[in-house]
Amino acid sequence: MPNMSMQKAPMPSQDPVVRSGNFQEVALGYSLETALEESRRCLQCKHRPCVSGCPVHIQIPDFIHAVSEGDFEKAYQIIHQDSSLPAVCGRVCPQESQCEGKCVRGIKGEPVGIGRLERFVADWHAEHTQEKPQKPQSNGHRVAVVGSGPSGLTCAGDLAKKGYEVTVYEALHLAGGVLVYGIPEFRLPKDIVRKEIEGLKDLGVRIETNVVIGRTLTIDELMQDLGFEAVFIGSGAGLPKFMSIPGENLKGVYSANEFLTRINLMKAYRDGSDTPIQHGKKVAVVGGGNVAMDAARCARRLGAEVTVVYRRTEAELPARREEVEHAMEEGIVFHFLTNPVSIAGNEQGWVSSIRCQKMELGEPDASGRRRPVAVEGSEEEIDVDCVIMALGTSPNPLIKSTTEGLETQKWGGIVVEEDTGRTSREGVYAGGDAVTGAATVILAMGAGKTAAAAIDEYLQAKA
Amino acid sequence: MNRIVKKQILNPSVTLMEVEAPLIARKAEPGQFIILRVDEDGERIPLTVGGYDREKGTVTIMFQIVGATTEKLNHLNEGDMIHDFVGPLGRATHTEGLKKVAVVGGGVGCAIAYPVTKKLYEQGCEVHAIVGFRNRDLVILEKEFEASSTKLLRMSDDGSWGEKGLVTDALRKLIESGEKYDEVITIGPLIMMKFVAKLTREFGIRTIASMNPIMIDGTGMCGGCRLTVGGKTRFACVDGPEFDAHEIDFDEAMARGTTYRDFERHAYETTCNLFREVH
Repeated sequence: MPNMSMQKAPMPSQDPVVRSGNFQEVALGYSLETALEESRRCLQCKHRPCVSGCPVHIQIPDFIHAVSEGDFEKAYQIIHQDSSLPAVCGRVCPQESQCEGKCVRGIKGEPVGIGRLERFVADWHAEHTQEKPQKPQSNGHRVAVVGSGPSGLTCAGDLAKKGYEVTVYEALHLAGGVLVYGIPEFRLPKDIVRKEIEGLKDLGVRIETNVVIGRTLTIDELMQDLGFEAVFIGSGAGLPKFMSIPGENLKGVYSANEFLTRINLMKAYRDGSDTPIQHGKKVAVVGGGNVAMDAARCARRLGAEVTVVYRRTEAELPARREEVEHAMEEGIVFHFLTNPVSIAGNEQGWVSSIRCQKMELGEPDASGRRRPVAVEGSEEEIDVDCVIMALGTSPNPLIKSTTEGLETQKWGGIVVEEDTGRTSREGVYAGGDAVTGAATVILAMGAGKTAAAAIDEYLQAKA
Repeated sequence: MNRIVKKQILNPSVTLMEVEAPLIARKAEPGQFIILRVDEDGERIPLTVGGYDREKGTVTIMFQIVGATTEKLNHLNEGDMIHDFVGPLGRATHTEGLKKVAVVGGGVGCAIAYPVTKKLYEQGCEVHAIVGFRNRDLVILEKEFEASSTKLLRMSDDGSWGEKGLVTDALRKLIESGEKYDEVITIGPLIMMKFVAKLTREFGIRTIASMNPIMIDGTGMCGGCRLTVGGKTRFACVDGPEFDAHEIDFDEAMARGTTYRDFERHAYETTCNLFREVH
């Protein structure tokens, strides 16, 4: 008999007051009992709408069924067939707009907590299973992957499972891409990322850090000199955008990428870290996406009063609802319909305030969202000593400028065939933010998966 | 991990290291830089390529001991490993087609000015090297400059080495005596480059400055190295590190360069034995 409760079993979390002063994980995860209870809310629909909502097509009803029977290892194996990073996805996927968005239980109540169950299964496996996955028999083909973020790791994992010899090149000193430099510890503990990457190494994936493709080596050198038969480019988002307003280069103005990199990758949040970071007392974060929420919540944890400045309304915030709620619970203040026009500084060149304009929503723009329009004479000044710009990114020019014949969009994104990830260069595939511009972890993983299948088909046909 | 094959003290505060890095040595060009971390959990710092040996597979760096990280780096010896070493990053200095160039270096910036000077000289360009130091104890690479330039002008603040005065004084004299340069390349403290740019603007000589702003990843991700050049935001790591000196907002770059000065001083004092309390 299914559990007909209209609500998801709640996720136990750290108290907002306590957690806004530490960097430990916010959501604590389901207990075994809660997981069993929640798994019984799944109706095991025949038409499986949730699977179609998942960019990597995890067989969701099957894994939930295994959970309901208490066979957690089996549940893990089912997820692992389609996803190389279950512990990551269970934490950072926007399930509400994907699998859970399609769940039948969501029509008259809350959908099944698919993400929470996925996380439970992945964590159970990490805690209880010592066995390493078997390294598959090599098929003798070599593939290079550029970038060790979600798309690259997924592509590498899928190809390794098929017997390809995969080398992943990472520009930074640590593998993981946005999972290690961008998403903070309290949302995705770095230990979990490390374990997922260890799992890939067990499958035979080689990871070369400190190699910048487009500088240390080019795509052509990978294929001609180093003998890789195919290359997947998952080099990620790239250069941060700024607003081009006065005062943007004052001391105390950060891009969200810089602020988060200092904290996450360079561990500036730890006492005694070698990495300097400004501990602002009053911080303004400009933007409304997940990156803005991450930056705001990090600044809060470093002890600041934080204001998020967003030019549309709460309803248009691109960040996940859960992240916005968490931020609000932690005492972060939101100024909606507000847009910065300038930043003022003191005599020493440090930020002293940010001047904003009130906005109102006009006609919908190309993105379908109503365009914010400035209200004349509505300027206000907010006193701050730090401003973090979280406005998105534009693609990194390094690979484009060093790879002849690689077609890109006007804005710099790599052009690919959507259902294969194939670029204009033979044997070169791409996916993730390098193609789409800033998007989500799971979409990047979906692209890595698609490209892995296409690379397999290409190399098998060639062989 | 990259092995240090040679260490040489150039002056009391500047050290040279030759580091095994075959992939980087294959491609490095003057004007480019590398990023290194001394140890696990260390800071990432950019250092301009001071030389390379493509056959031996080594890259030379020269650094001034200014903070905790360079202090730690200076404690390593021949045979020791540098934890991370990545590059070559940034764009190479454009040298093609130049027939007559003045290279103006100041202080530790001369370490970066030298490989450019050498490359220009080797390709048959007439190179006037103007190098300045505070005093004779801080002089580096004198012989190297001498061997790779058509004319070498030595300047020091106190007159203890070469002529007393600023590099801009020497440059002005040369220009006013009728020397016609295709380009001036300047590398050194921001304040010096600012005044070199001011001088050459007067005479309408194209001038390139090598910038060394705060940087983290160095690959075009963090935006920490941004500068205003010609009124636009540019990133030193992927668009530079060299820019048209007449377009750079030097005052802003100088202000941004001091962002972590207090932090760095504190970190240095806790790293350096001189400042440690004696029990």
